[in-house]
Amino acid sequence: MTPNGVLQILAYFAIILLLTRPTGLFMAKLFDGKRTFLHPILRRVETFTYRICGVQEQVEQRWTQYTFALIAFSVASFVVIYVLQRLQGFLPLNPQGFSASNVPPDLAFNTAVSFVTNTNWQAYSGESTLSYFVQMSALTVQNFASAAVGIAAAIALVRGFSRERANTIGNFWVDLTRATIYILLPIAVIAALFFCSQGVIQNFNSYTHVKTLEGAGQVIAQGPVASQEAIKMLGTNGGGFFNANSAHPFENPSPITNFVQLILIFLIPAGLTYTFGVMIGDRRQGWAIFGACSAMFLAGAFTCYWAEQKGNPLLSRFGIEAAATPGQPGGNMEGKETRFGIAASTLFATVTTDASCGAVNSMHDSYTPLGGLVPLFNIQTGEVIFGGAGAGLYGILLYAVLAVFIAGLMVGRTPEYIGKKIEQKEVKMAMLALISTAFSILVFSAISSVIKFAPPTKDAKGQPAVHSYWNPPGAAASNVADSGAHGFSEMLYAYSSGTGNNGSAFAGITANTPWYDLTIGLAMLIGRFLFVIPLLAVSGSLVKKKRIPPSAGTLPTNGPMFVGLVVGTVILVGALTFFPALALGPIVEHFLMYQGRLFSLALFSF
Amino acid sequence: MAATTQIPIPVQQQSLLPSNPRRSRPLFDWEIIRRAIAESFVKLNPRTLIKNPVMFVVEAGAFLVTTFLMRDAIAGNGQIGFSFQVSLWLWFTVLFANFAEAMAEARGKAQADTLRKTKRDVIAKRIFGDGSVDLLPAAQLRSGDVVIAEAGDLIPGDGEVIDGIATIDESVITGESAPVIRESGGDRSAVTGGTKVLSDQIRIRITSNPGETFLDRMIALVEGAERQKTPNETALNILIAGLTLIFLLAVATLDPFATYAVVSAGSGSIPAIAVLVSLLVCLIPTTIGGLLSAIGIAGMDRVMQDNVLAMSGKAVEASGDIDTLLLDKTGTITLGNRQAVEFIALPGVEERELADAAQLSSLADETPEGRSIVILAKEKHGLRGREIGDREAQFIPFSAYTRMSGVNIGDRQLRKGATQALEHFVRRLGGFVPKEFAEWSDRISRLGGTPLGVADGPQLLGLIYLKDIVKGGMKDRIAQLRAMGIRSVMVTGDNPLTAAAIASEAGVDDFLAQATPADKLAYIKREQAEGRLVAMTGDGTNDAPALAQADVGLAMNTGTMAAKEAGNMVDLDSNPTKLIEIVAIGKQLLITRGALTTFSIANDVAKYFAIIPAMFMATYPALAKFNIMGLHTPQSAVLAAVIFNALIIIALVPLALRGVKYRPIGAASLLRRNILIYGIGGILVPFPGIWAIDQLLVLLHLA
Repeated sequence: MTPNGVLQILAYFAIILLLTRPTGLFMAKLFDGKRTFLHPILRRVETFTYRICGVQEQVEQRWTQYTFALIAFSVASFVVIYVLQRLQGFLPLNPQGFSASNVPPDLAFNTAVSFVTNTNWQAYSGESTLSYFVQMSALTVQNFASAAVGIAAAIALVRGFSRERANTIGNFWVDLTRATIYILLPIAVIAALFFCSQGVIQNFNSYTHVKTLEGAGQVIAQGPVASQEAIKMLGTNGGGFFNANSAHPFENPSPITNFVQLILIFLIPAGLTYTFGVMIGDRRQGWAIFGACSAMFLAGAFTCYWAEQKGNPLLSRFGIEAAATPGQPGGNMEGKETRFGIAASTLFATVTTDASCGAVNSMHDSYTPLGGLVPLFNIQTGEVIFGGAGAGLYGILLYAVLAVFIAGLMVGRTPEYIGKKIEQKEVKMAMLALISTAFSILVFSAISSVIKFAPPTKDAKGQPAVHSYWNPPGAAASNVADSGAHGFSEMLYAYSSGTGNNGSAFAGITANTPWYDLTIGLAMLIGRFLFVIPLLAVSGSLVKKKRIPPSAGTLPTNGPMFVGLVVGTVILVGALTFFPALALGPIVEHFLMYQGRLFSLALFSF
Repeated sequence: MAATTQIPIPVQQQSLLPSNPRRSRPLFDWEIIRRAIAESFVKLNPRTLIKNPVMFVVEAGAFLVTTFLMRDAIAGNGQIGFSFQVSLWLWFTVLFANFAEAMAEARGKAQADTLRKTKRDVIAKRIFGDGSVDLLPAAQLRSGDVVIAEAGDLIPGDGEVIDGIATIDESVITGESAPVIRESGGDRSAVTGGTKVLSDQIRIRITSNPGETFLDRMIALVEGAERQKTPNETALNILIAGLTLIFLLAVATLDPFATYAVVSAGSGSIPAIAVLVSLLVCLIPTTIGGLLSAIGIAGMDRVMQDNVLAMSGKAVEASGDIDTLLLDKTGTITLGNRQAVEFIALPGVEERELADAAQLSSLADETPEGRSIVILAKEKHGLRGREIGDREAQFIPFSAYTRMSGVNIGDRQLRKGATQALEHFVRRLGGFVPKEFAEWSDRISRLGGTPLGVADGPQLLGLIYLKDIVKGGMKDRIAQLRAMGIRSVMVTGDNPLTAAAIASEAGVDDFLAQATPADKLAYIKREQAEGRLVAMTGDGTNDAPALAQADVGLAMNTGTMAAKEAGNMVDLDSNPTKLIEIVAIGKQLLITRGALTTFSIANDVAKYFAIIPAMFMATYPALAKFNIMGLHTPQSAVLAAVIFNALIIIALVPLALRGVKYRPIGAASLLRRNILIYGIGGILVPFPGIWAIDQLLVLLHLA
């Protein structure tokens, strides 16, 4: 690790630390219905929205109504994205002339689910699949909407803690509108303009064909990138305009834009920890959650950076310098952009998987086994290290509830968190959320590890009669590009990313087949809704309870011990659930690497 | 001045946790163990075991491994010796868990048997309105019948004394051999079926129907027949069932993952069923799963051994959550009686003269107050308690009418008593009352004391300052309560000034002065509205509403039936201080559950290190790096983990039955301590444990 690299990571953390309080305070005011400095300008837009949508601002919802509204909104969003994709041939702003044939039903389903669930898993390449109109009206709009849904759900859960003896947890439509109008839109507009100023493109041009210096032909794809780029990071969506995502110079041209993109990812999730503290009336509780996230973030960031900077021991045998020198970065630069270097790339990989962002500026597939383990483990523990916009907060609160339940008993009282008793209902729902995600990651990966698709049968004339619709014939596992443990990591990562609503790809897997489109689509649905619904149920149960004033006998949840407890719970639960799978992936790969064995292109057959 | 019969105040217990030698049985009693072992096999029935999801999964796994073992044995292939040992230890795991539960239950059953022996057939003497008496078996008595019981009789059923007074031996119920007094009217009228009348004769109105008596309920409770899962236990059950499901997923998907690995590595083998089941059983929280119900039963049992009858496990659990404790002043915070601490002579009277008169008038007064006056006079003025006979004295006993007592020696009329009564007495004899008398008596009241006047014929001599004495060690216990996060509130009928003085002396957090039962009820409701859980003790009928409202209501056994019905616990020793111990037991119960859950989950780390490398030794030999314990062979590693997992259940049975020690330190330090022992300790302990078992297995050529 170089001093420069360490400094970059620490400087990044310092800026997040500085931004947490103002952002959090602003959001707390907003969702408590107080006036903010943006109200003079935006309040009219807000009330206008309510008027045309018929929303009664003052009417609050029970958790069931809130959940129903959330699901209804998501279903409607899904239908719109699906239809827009399939109809793109008839819609404007389509200079490349893409049509429905570019987005077959399975891909359209996968993409629609992906953007509704804030996953932004991309089984397609933006520049060769979707028209500018679809990218803007379907995908970019969802980048705002799905992030706003996440924030709304988090706020609804916080209200479960902050209110007492109440029935309602807020109004979904109001929370959704406020999150969009006051938080996401203003910051996204400013960020988009900033990106434009730094060289991120924003146009409606068709492909430009150029001749390179070497004389070869090159097709340069363009489009309205900056407007999507800003919300892609801010909403922790991560769906790139181009397939190369933030590694593409049009999306992320310089170390400066890279740094700003990183800040945008954590801005809302980190702020929400403070919002939590303000709304429940004890800011130290918010800082405790922030502390737990920070500890795990720094540990992950430095582990990943250390592993990548250390590089591949096998290359050293050939006399390749692994240490950083003034002339070259050393370490493992494969799959990384030279304009970012190792520190900024690993920081990006860590942050994008701490949060459920999923944007990438380097190829995670090309990381060393341990370097790649960090993003994978981040996703599998539920992306609670600040986490997604909203999703991170409700995720870490789930772990806090579990930590309190297990450890809280050890102080000799019925466990309570923020003065609310953690009882049957809460434990049941928290476990349901945890089981759902574990189920989705493990079971889908397991099926894809062993499922085989029949070869096409031939008719009398020797022509294929039945095509294998779901996947090319043979093992589903042969869709991975590499053999052995590394190939396994690629598949495990895909389902982890889908379930975790992360959307980043380890890459190295051909995921655009009906089989993977369907299963990863289902994984995304499970990961989003079987997580958020139980937590809204928790909120509905908590909101009815009295808040017990703390005493000397109460487990303190605002100090370093509690931070340690939450971190311990996240890591232990994650490790215990996924250790066997990880042992067969990155862990054994690491040991094998030191024994001199690497995995390359697969020659995989049953 | 109260001079009614004093019920002896039970021995005070200084330690926070109960240590009641009368009832406690040794943890391991051969008879109980024998019973528990037999019961462990009965409990293998899957239909009963399904109530415990964790152990049910273990049993299913054991069954699966055994089935495969038999198949392999018939076919004559596979590692039969290894599979046999695994299946054996899996069955042991289930048996050990069953044994833990059976042990806890057996201890209760043993106690129930003792009780049942005392429930002999009693013949009741039923008396009718016209005075006629008939004899019938007690089992046929209905609520409302009136019976008569005299010295030597067993009381045929629960009821209330409606006429007479008697001494009664309640040792059957309470284990306390000192007789108690029961009389009609007031708060000491309740009698319990099965207890024995020692003297006098009483008429009793029966208040319970056959099968519903106190003794019946007590037997049912200790037997655990009425045991239902408490809310917290249910929640914990959900947690461990959920974890079991997650581990089931992790292990079940390992088979396809391994298949992929074997195919892609081109070598190795898919783990055998016995190995997969072993991993599963090691990972699922069998420790807490096996001990959970034993912990609950043992918690109830500990309350029982402390001579308290809890009507439900829920009440015991709730007592751990108590935030506010209402303590009656008299009998709980202060000794039930006042003591003389000072003689205050009126102007012109020697203090020694006053002391002498006070002592003489108290010589025959056997009340604690009277004795304390004699002692004070001796201590302060060297006056010895004189022999009474040779002075030809005539003692005047206390009566509620005169509110005085005293002695006539010759023509001297020495009297002591309530100040107003003394003023009246003196004036009648033509004496006068100095203004200082009233002033000083007021001042004593304000200090929290009770003034007693002393007169020699028509001359008032002065006052005796009787003071409420805070029980020894009470202040420390109140401080302990505060450290536990519990607010203590003193409830008294005294005026606010007196109450404040005693409250500050005892160190309680708040007090409720001139408290009526309605005030008590209102206070409880107010505390509950703020989200606090409240516990209280009570014995009178007028306490019943508050006892019912409180989250934990501890009724005194000496109290009325109404109070006992309203509360959710009855203290057979009638010691109100017991409430503090109950709180500690409740906390201990929760701590034990939390500690063993944490321990159980923390254990998994080491088991992964043992089993995962063993499992994939053939496929990915590189994983041997994970074999940090240096276990000998894959078989010995898996077996060692399974054996450790089974033995730890047995090893922790005593802890589950006895409970984790509760210390009245703040929650933060308590948590730090327990995390260190059961969390960090739980991660570390299995490493040497599994290593040692592995060594042993190899030494014995078992693997």
